[in-house]
This record gives sequence, structure tokens and C-alpha cells, in this order.
Amino acid sequence: MGEQKNVGIVIVSHSAKVAEGAADMVRQMVGDSVPLAAVGGNADGGLGTDVGAIMGAIDKAWSESGVAILVDLGGAETNSEMAVEMMPEERRERIVICNAPLVEGAVMAATEASGGSPLDAVRATAEELMAN
Amino acid sequence: MQDVKAHALLINEVGLHARPSVKLTQLAKRFAATIEIAIAADGPWTDAKSPVKIMRVKAAKGETLYMRANGTDAEEALRALADLVNRKFDEE
Repeated sequence: MGEQKNVGIVIVSHSAKVAEGAADMVRQMVGDSVPLAAVGGNADGGLGTDVGAIMGAIDKAWSESGVAILVDLGGAETNSEMAVEMMPEERRERIVICNAPLVEGAVMAATEASGGSPLDAVRATAEELMAN
Repeated sequence: MQDVKAHALLINEVGLHARPSVKLTQLAKRFAATIEIAIAADGPWTDAKSPVKIMRVKAAKGETLYMRANGTDAEEALRALADLVNRKFDEE
């Protein structure tokens, strides 16, 4: 399986710095074989999340194998859900929002994705962090 | 099929920390064989392809990593994994 087929990872934080920092950790620990996009902050540059920007990040990290999104607090999740709903229908079922901590979840999901695992396995690995 | 076994001493400074754990699981995933590791010869055994589980092993420098694998490429897999450990995970 070629690297282009690896599941993509999207990091959504209220803070652009947190999002960038988490993406830096993924790049350093996992490498470049996984499509990755990080987005944070609202349209005014303050803390928050922006549906349009999240959609852009999904596009940037898009893979035919799908995209796993990692979010931080409440609004990041609801705005990510909204962004997914606004994506073209044929893509929607290949986008999942993981119930996992942002940084650890992104690193774990990317590690799983780097081995060519399917979207379900990528999400399961990130969400395994929440078990016990 | 019989399990293939191997072991390697953790000689890198940080042991099986986050980044080495990621490298170990990434390498393990390249093989079809089931691969498990433990920090004692009799287990408990941990799936080497699970990054979350491997990171929880928390083996330190000086500990021995025991490995067992089963499958057609089991021997090749354990050679590659032992080599990664011996190379200090290419970190030093």
C-alpha cells in the first residue's frame, strides 16, 4: 500500500499554538508518511474554532482511506461535526472524530495510520487511550 | 506453528519511551506475523503492533526486551526488531 493511501490526521484545537505544537510532535515522532493538518483559533485570530478552517484542514489532510479528527474542548468537537456535515456526501462516511485526548490521540492515531491501517483501526487506537 | 523467540537489551538512554515505542510498533506492523514483547521471559506479553499498549510497557534502559512471534515472517520480524533495539532506535 502506497503512502498516499494512509489515513490522514486532522488536529483541531481552540489554540493555533496548541494545534501546531501537537502537529510538530506527530511529525517528529511518527514522520511524514501520514497526511496531517492542524487548525486552531477563530476567524479573528483569537481562541476558538472555525468551521471553514476545519473544512480546509480536512481537505489538506484528505486521503482516500479517510481522515481521523482529534479535538480538544467542546466547541472544537461541535464545529468539527458541523464541518464534517458540510463536506461532500461521498467523503462524510470516511471522516471520523476520535474520542481521545488531543496530543496523545494524534500521535497514536498517526502511528497506527503510518502502518497503513484502515480508518476504523486508526480511530480504535486513539480511543484505546480512554480505556482504563 | 512454533513461536520464534528473541531478546535484546535496552541500551539506549531513555529505554522504551514514547518515540522508541512508536518506532517499534511501526516496524512491527510491517510484518504479517503476530509479535509480542515482554520485560520478563514468562510475560505478561504485549502486542508489539499496538502503540498504546507498547507505550504503557515503560521499560527502562538496562531491561531486557523479550520478543516472541508467530507466522511465516516471524524470524525476519524478530531479527529486525532486535536490530532496532541494538541500534538504540537510531536515536543516539
